[in-house]
Amino acid sequence: MQNIYKPVPLKRHFLTPGVMILIVLAFNGLVFLALRLIYGLGFVTNLDIQHPWGIWIAIDVACGVALASGGFTTAALGHVLHREKYKVILRPALLTAMLGYTFVAFGVMVDLGRWYYIWHPLIYWNGSSPLFEVGICVMFYLTVLYIEFIPVVTERFIGKVNFKGLLKFLNIPIDSILRFLDRSLSKTMFIFVIAGVVLSTLHQSSLGTLMVVAGSKMHPLWHTPILPLLFLLSAISVGFPMVIFESLLAARSFKIKPEMEVLTGLARMVGPLLFVYFGFKLGDMVIRGTYVYLEVINTASVMFMIEIVFGVLVPLRMFFSEKVIHSKLGLFIASSFVILGIFLNRINDFLVAYNPPYAVKSYFPSIGEISVTVGFIALLVLLYRIAIIIFPVISLPSRDLLPKSKYEIKGESK
Amino acid sequence: MPNQNRRDFFKTSLALGVTVSGLASGKLKAETPKVHPEDRMGVLVDTTVCIGCRSCEYACKVAHNLPTGSLESYHDDRSVFNKERRPGEEVLTVVNEYKSNQEFPIDVKVQCMHCEEPACVASCIVHAFTKHKDGSVTWDTGKCIGCRYCVIACPFQVPVFQYSKALQPNIMKCDFCYDRTSKGLLPACVEICPVEALTYGKKVELLQVAKGRIKQKPDKYFDHIYGEYEVGGTSWLYLSSTNFSNLDFPKLGEDPAPATSESIQHGLFRYFVPPVALYTLLGGIMWLTKRKENSEEEE
Ligand code: SF4
Ligand code: SF4
Ligand code: SF4
Repeated sequence: MQNIYKPVPLKRHFLTPGVMILIVLAFNGLVFLALRLIYGLGFVTNLDIQHPWGIWIAIDVACGVALASGGFTTAALGHVLHREKYKVILRPALLTAMLGYTFVAFGVMVDLGRWYYIWHPLIYWNGSSPLFEVGICVMFYLTVLYIEFIPVVTERFIGKVNFKGLLKFLNIPIDSILRFLDRSLSKTMFIFVIAGVVLSTLHQSSLGTLMVVAGSKMHPLWHTPILPLLFLLSAISVGFPMVIFESLLAARSFKIKPEMEVLTGLARMVGPLLFVYFGFKLGDMVIRGTYVYLEVINTASVMFMIEIVFGVLVPLRMFFSEKVIHSKLGLFIASSFVILGIFLNRINDFLVAYNPPYAVKSYFPSIGEISVTVGFIALLVLLYRIAIIIFPVISLPSRDLLPKSKYEIKGESK
Repeated sequence: MPNQNRRDFFKTSLALGVTVSGLASGKLKAETPKVHPEDRMGVLVDTTVCIGCRSCEYACKVAHNLPTGSLESYHDDRSVFNKERRPGEEVLTVVNEYKSNQEFPIDVKVQCMHCEEPACVASCIVHAFTKHKDGSVTWDTGKCIGCRYCVIACPFQVPVFQYSKALQPNIMKCDFCYDRTSKGLLPACVEICPVEALTYGKKVELLQVAKGRIKQKPDKYFDHIYGEYEVGGTSWLYLSSTNFSNLDFPKLGEDPAPATSESIQHGLFRYFVPPVALYTLLGGIMWLTKRKENSEEEE
């Protein structure tokens, strides 16, 4: 009775009212993106000499990387520790990570003043730069993610490559390429899986090292030499909540039953992980004595408290409650809090805590910056939807799919 | 050769998976020795001498082919002092004026400090900055990708990114007139300064001069040479009649700005042991759990 769940392409219509809204948002983002490319960063963003980084780095890149951590945490759980029960979430998490990192790469690219030189770090190395390490690891990890996704593609198309008309001659060669990939990858995949986990630990932590060098300009509440450790721990603890959050959302939007047993299992691990993160965060605060900054009320102290209370303490309590982790709504809310907490933490670390010495005004994102960020997120959701319609990503109980799948696939995969 | 190590690591680990022993052995090497400060040049800025004529701003623009008005326009326009200015997209150095309780206001020239251990050099993702033997820190347009991490890193908030350009925006920063000094010329600002508020010379000697001035006139000078120890020392040194915090100099410790992040970075990659060890560990766990699973299935 073990394998009743099997990943299948979901047979759904692509266009829904929600999708239309996403398309509009994505289009709006692309318009501002075009303006940025034509007229430069200064035209579209509120960045200035004193504030070199804005939400394109803090949200698109930093939050993007953190929230795509479901990919490596589930890979560690499912592939490295071989927890069979969790196999059903591996593909959705992989897809999210793959798309997430793709947009991280886009996010970096539009933020680069000379975006067409994005490949320079591959040839000009600077080993002492944390940014270099983040850049290289992200590039390699993105490649690894695409490789990890290949079996999903081969599974879907082997024996089903069917071009019509002029391209017909391609059918046989493509099919044999797919078969070749499938065969060679099935033996070597473990190399990539482990590499993916190692690369993730490296760049998740180095992302934290980024702001360490700005020490003298950083608010002490966030600035600590253990920032890389905090970033890694928080990325690990947000991995499963992110998977839970997505699974519940996808289940709702595609009207399928969420795998509560699996999600509850994941949720059980979140509590301890969050606890460790909180322990380090608190310990760091006590050791460096930074709690004194909480005695005054200002943007920094308020943001810090929101981040800790709503982003860590509330969900920590919730994930330790049996009632919460067995309820769909409870899980959804608790996971949302963790995600919010990490989101705030990254924004705080990159924007709120950064306090340049000669700033005359503070930074707030422009309409253009917000549009591009929102547009990217909309595009990501759209691609996710397309991908789970085309590829076998989401698992359904197998009796649902047997009779029809053969005929439906062709029409949907255009 | 940390770069080579790193390249090896990625190649091998991605292609094959590696054993710890392979990389940990052999490649140990000594840390690069510190360049002797004997070679270091510097500029001593005596703000008690500076008259705020802004000739240096003009000379800098001319030397770097930046758009500028006539020299007179710099002398005449005193209204710029109403607001604190910073180096900008087309300005590498500015002079600011501060009120003081003495007869004259205090004028302070601002530019890159040319740190001994520059945060910009350590942080730049593509190593676009170079610290030269004479102490100057220059930027290479051929490498820069415009990520602006150098702006985040610099403790003096010096590098300026050209936001107004859509193509090839530059990082603008004083280059200590590297092209001029390597031909034996003085930096443009030093050359033009009418009152010798700026002294160019060997850094060790400049420090002696500065100390001598403080010793001779302890009433006139605030007893501190800004740049002697700040963030590990800088090539540009400042003397003043008042506490430097009154003149908007950032208050900085003596540790080089990139020290912590560099040691984290190097610790993480010490001969690639940590990542390789992690790789091996995960591989081992994977193998063990897999075996367990197989044997369970056989039973
Ligand atoms: S002042 Fe800033 S830009 Fe100049 S050398 Fe130091 S870190 Fe680099
Ligand atoms: S903006 Fe250019 S010079 Fe500055 S860190 Fe990035 S690549 Fe280096
Ligand atoms: S040229 Fe000399 S006196 Fe004139 S503003 Fe510059 S440093 Fe001061």
